[in-house]
Amino acid sequence: MAGLHKSEFENPVINWVDSRLPIFTMLQKEYGVFPTPRNFNYFWNFGALAMINLVIMIATGIFLAMNYTAHKDMAFDSVERIMRDVNWGWLLRYVHANGASMFFIVVYIHMFRGLYYGSYKTPRELLWILGVIIMLLMMATAFMGYVLPWGQMSYWGATVITNLFSAFPLVGEHIVTWLWGGFSVDNPTLNRFFSLHYLLPFVLVGVVFLHIAALHITGSNNPLGIDVKGPQDTLPFHPYYTIKDSVGICVYFIVFALFVFFAPNYLGHADNYIPANPLVTPAHIVPEWYFLPFYAILRSVPDKLGGVLLMFASIGVLALLPWLDTSPVRSARFRPVYRILIIVLVVTCVVLGVCGGKPAEGIWVVLSRIATAYYFLHFLVILPVLGKFERTLPLPESISRAVLPTGGGPLPGGAAAKPMEKA
Amino acid sequence: MADSAAAPQAAPHAGGAEVTKRDFLKLVTAAGAAVGVGAIVWPLVDSMNPSADVLALSSTTVDLAPVTAGQAITVMWRGKPVFVRHRTPEEIAKAKVDDKGRLPDPALDAARVKPGKEQWLIVVGICTHLGCVPLGNRSTEVRGEYGGWFCPCHGSHYDTSGRIRQGPAPANLAVPPYAFEGDTKIKIG
Ligand code: HEM
Ligand code: FES
Repeated sequence: MAGLHKSEFENPVINWVDSRLPIFTMLQKEYGVFPTPRNFNYFWNFGALAMINLVIMIATGIFLAMNYTAHKDMAFDSVERIMRDVNWGWLLRYVHANGASMFFIVVYIHMFRGLYYGSYKTPRELLWILGVIIMLLMMATAFMGYVLPWGQMSYWGATVITNLFSAFPLVGEHIVTWLWGGFSVDNPTLNRFFSLHYLLPFVLVGVVFLHIAALHITGSNNPLGIDVKGPQDTLPFHPYYTIKDSVGICVYFIVFALFVFFAPNYLGHADNYIPANPLVTPAHIVPEWYFLPFYAILRSVPDKLGGVLLMFASIGVLALLPWLDTSPVRSARFRPVYRILIIVLVVTCVVLGVCGGKPAEGIWVVLSRIATAYYFLHFLVILPVLGKFERTLPLPESISRAVLPTGGGPLPGGAAAKPMEKA
Repeated sequence: MADSAAAPQAAPHAGGAEVTKRDFLKLVTAAGAAVGVGAIVWPLVDSMNPSADVLALSSTTVDLAPVTAGQAITVMWRGKPVFVRHRTPEEIAKAKVDDKGRLPDPALDAARVKPGKEQWLIVVGICTHLGCVPLGNRSTEVRGEYGGWFCPCHGSHYDTSGRIRQGPAPANLAVPPYAFEGDTKIKIG
């Protein structure tokens, strides 16, 4: 049978397909027997949750789009019609709107996991950078989605954010006119945002695929941050982690349902139920909660271009993290100083988030300046220096030695002779 | 192709790289492809710029007669609010004094109005920071420290000539192109 893949599947239909297109073999290899560190904690659920969330967004989005009208005179009313008249329209919209918030909650926790356990360090640098790209795409998608209902916050959020680009010298004004397709946020802007809001999630699917492909080359990191030394350190993905992920998925759906059914507008802004009015700016323009820390960084700088650059830099610095953190030890469990500093960084981000939601005056300006300075200090100064001076704790010999009561039996030769293995 | 390039001198990166005819052909092909891609991409990119119908809507006529001294109105031009303010003599005098004040974006008041029509200040009502509509067109609204307009979004203060005085905005409120068509009528755009 020259030219056919040798399939191991017994079912004749699956075997027939698999011999010609080995997708079943691939699934079995990547999600069935895939060797996965045996010591995952629940932080390792969030990648799977993010994938499910993306699927939910695409599914609800496609059905919303069947009833949505991307025209400045009709968009607001079409969303109200979805809410009142379309069968289950309220559910579709509330799942989609709260799904965006859930998506950011999940992805921010997923990123914290990476920061805490050093998952960005070699050999997973590219995997991490793909993650940063995913975050940027998500932000663009969510921003454009929020414009679609064409309420006051949609309109003024779009105005403020697109105007960020006018900060660039010489070309700035042209870029903004080009983004708008006119001289203000208007119907052409709404149309193109709808087009891109439909497109970008599918680009996300592509980048997520690359993210997973890269993950399956390096294998997963784990809470100890040490490399897998052999089969005694791993478990097959199925059934062990399919089950563990299912537990997380149940909890995730409970939280999601609490928002959708009991507080569907809690994370939104009442002003967005007022139709867009280009002549009146709401007294407080506040972006969605997931953008607040970045908004605070933007406003902390008294110079327009400076604020815009610093805001983009706050994300850019994440992409450079694999090279900024000079410590060879991955997991914060073995880094007594880093372990505290990472919590300080989380507090800094929360402070920035709170400041971003307050009017830019008085104490809030001072606080957001301090927090912004510390954010950059952490990445650009503390991490490079800390790696050189921190006294890390001794690393366990292997995952199985550390987590199994029996110590997981003898190690294959060589590995056991490296008690202070540096990642 | 790999076989035919296997001649000894065809290892371009091994030290004394000789320029071969093949290198030249590759370069010309790549350049041709780049021009082709550019020619295809440009129409796509430019299609996002303002279209002819959007550009065509770009002038507005305003009757000034009903606007008394101290009052201001807002008119739409190219989808943006334009402030038309009938300044009082005190406001004009203040703007003139402020010519010598601290101005982040220096401009004389005289250069921002039409000669002999100093009472009419016409500016685009869009904050030059991030595009909010500043308050102050109605006399009941806050007008900021300098008596002109105040932008609530991030706290920019404009004076009675629409010049930025304080806050994050980098530039004065823009003066749109306009001309008087008679004593009490202007055409913006
Ligand atoms: C990465 C995935 C996505 C994210 C983060 C996202 C985010 C958002 C957000 C925040 C809104 C505003 C919700 C509101 O306040 O009403 C929205 C609206 C909308 N989205 Fe998405 N979206 C995603 C995928 C999609 C997809 C794949 C479609 C398919 C066409 C879609 C179609 C729509 C439509 C039609 C609206 C307007 C109706 C409404 O406002 O509820 N979205 N999206
Ligand atoms: S938009 Fe006016 S101060 Fe920022």
